[in-house]
Amino acid sequence: MTWEALVFLIFSVITLGSGALVVTTRNLFHAALYLMLSLFGVAGLFVLLTAPFLAGVEIVVYIGAIAILIIFAIMLTPQVMQIPHLRSNQWIAALVAAALFFLMLVSVLTPLAEELGVDNWSAGFTQDDPADVPADTLTTLGESLVDPDLYVLPFEVASVLLMAALVGAAMMVRPEEPEPRRSEPAPVVEPGAEQATTGGD
Amino acid sequence: MTDVLLDIGFSHDLAVLIAKLVGVVVVASFGLVWTLFGIWLERKIAGRFQDRLGPNRVGPFGVLQSLPDAVKIVLKEDIIPTGADKWVFNIAPVLSVFSVLLAWVVVPFAFGWTGSDLSIGVLYLVAVGSLGEIAVLMAGWSSNNKFALLGAFRGVAQLISYEIPMVLALLVPVLLSGSMSLQGIVQQQHIMYFIAVPMTFVIFFISSLAEMGRAPFDLLEAESELVAGYMTEYSGMKFGMFYVGEFLHAFTFSVLAAIFFLGGWKGPFAEDVPFLGLIYLMIKAMFAYFAMMWIRMTFPRVRIDQMLAFNWKFLVPLSLGNLLVVAFLWKLVPDTNAINSFGDAVVPTLVLLVANGLMAAGLLVYLRGEGLRERERVQARLVAVDPAVTAGSGD
Amino acid sequence: MVPLWMFLVVSAALFSTGLYGVLARRNAIAILMSIELMLNAALINIVAFWRYQAPENVGGQVFAAFVFVVAAAETAVGLALIILIYRRHQSVIAEDVNVLKW
Repeated sequence: MTWEALVFLIFSVITLGSGALVVTTRNLFHAALYLMLSLFGVAGLFVLLTAPFLAGVEIVVYIGAIAILIIFAIMLTPQVMQIPHLRSNQWIAALVAAALFFLMLVSVLTPLAEELGVDNWSAGFTQDDPADVPADTLTTLGESLVDPDLYVLPFEVASVLLMAALVGAAMMVRPEEPEPRRSEPAPVVEPGAEQATTGGD
Repeated sequence: MTDVLLDIGFSHDLAVLIAKLVGVVVVASFGLVWTLFGIWLERKIAGRFQDRLGPNRVGPFGVLQSLPDAVKIVLKEDIIPTGADKWVFNIAPVLSVFSVLLAWVVVPFAFGWTGSDLSIGVLYLVAVGSLGEIAVLMAGWSSNNKFALLGAFRGVAQLISYEIPMVLALLVPVLLSGSMSLQGIVQQQHIMYFIAVPMTFVIFFISSLAEMGRAPFDLLEAESELVAGYMTEYSGMKFGMFYVGEFLHAFTFSVLAAIFFLGGWKGPFAEDVPFLGLIYLMIKAMFAYFAMMWIRMTFPRVRIDQMLAFNWKFLVPLSLGNLLVVAFLWKLVPDTNAINSFGDAVVPTLVLLVANGLMAAGLLVYLRGEGLRERERVQARLVAVDPAVTAGSGD
Repeated sequence: MVPLWMFLVVSAALFSTGLYGVLARRNAIAILMSIELMLNAALINIVAFWRYQAPENVGGQVFAAFVFVVAAAETAVGLALIILIYRRHQSVIAEDVNVLKW
């Protein structure tokens, strides 16, 4: 086993293992932490794929911003901690659907397709010796993002989208001051909500 | 190092691996040992600021004071509060130290002395810094204590907000040097960027003060309001780890300030004798660190709303404008890749310096106007509340 | 390096995990987290295809960068909606939000 295969194995186990915990853990705060771990694994896979810039962005954007935003939302919606039923009642159906979907993807994507006698259009997927990445991908990436012939328009559209999302999100959760308060402003949640009534001071 | 190992008879891969591991141990323990000395230095200087002696019992001038402190903190009872989330509670301090130590990977100590000269060095620093936020959040949430949680909320709001001007300020050296690798940035600084873009340096300095949670921005652990913020429930070595992490964070940021704006290891003969580079870097970093201590000792703590308003209404627009101006002026330089010596860098540096001076002057005029208006507003409010207060004696 | 299909299988597994989460969890924030997992599965796919099929073409990385932008926008708006729903209904259970059903 080469070291690349070993690193790949480690990071995919981190990604998939904590990904599975994200969707099964009862405590939402833990789920968010596992989400961070899973995304960290994805960043590791990016490094393995010689895309260090994307790995860095993955950590900054996902772990540094999105996951923290999610944790804030979890804390601002207190009763999420004591949901009696973790899963909806059609969770078995969901499990079956997800498993079937996974099997379908696997059968298409892997050499298994050839074993089954299907056309070998997936032959390209068994490739394990790709060409080298050009040395200064980072510079090329930066320049192509602002190159009028390449991606400047999508880039600007993306920034407008981000701006719109930002303004929209801020507008939506703005406290409605003129009306009489229809609900208490979300109180700060006590950690370990079971003891919230007695402990916490 | 690798050659020696090869001579002994290790295979090439193993030799490289061992050399890297030794490098990791050296860099990490350098940081931690430095902490012991640095804490003494900080306490001593703080003592002088406050007209007292500071630690002076253990060893000459109290140099060894940190050692008994460390022993004491290790021996203290390790308490995990009832209802705490044990795993998260225990991991948070480790993560806090970890996130700081990781930053030292890319620090260029001298010519050719770098743990790993990543091509995305600056992005890496930002990414590693965001791990610290998670440590704060984990510590605050898992403690099952309202002060800890409030401290964590405040802390994360502060860290996330001040990350924006910091990153915008870091983009300026990246822009000027045309490189995201820290070694590349240092090598391009034929004249310190501090001289070319002093405004950016000030923005970086202020936002890094907030990032490391130091006075006047130490709201994460404002003693008078929040007991000890997110680390209220921590005791013994876990508190010690937060303490070390925080201290090391401050020193790391002063090293980074030295690298990005004060020329890093650059100095006379630094390229021939790498060790000199290390000394230059440390001297520059100590200058920055002394300035941080100075601010810490002399400024009162700001309020949380003042802090956030200062960031979003002043620092972020300012750093955006600053980046725009620098980028525009840099575009006017005919060939930025041809700047390879001190002589080439003089003219662009002077142009940038003049532009910065103009911006600073405009800013000061604006701030003065704002200050006068604010004073009138306060005065008006005071008169409205109590008509006895007449204009001119409104304090 | 490991063959391409291994990355694709990891990505498929991550996507299916996210799919299960979206279908089975009741909490809206948990559903949002599962969506993040699915987006990341797509990202792995994009980057792996870029690496193995066209490393000289920077478009793959640009595409991945846009996915980051979309993910950030989606999370911001999604969480704002969830907090708004919480204010109205005192609940973040996706099934409880059924005003539009009848």
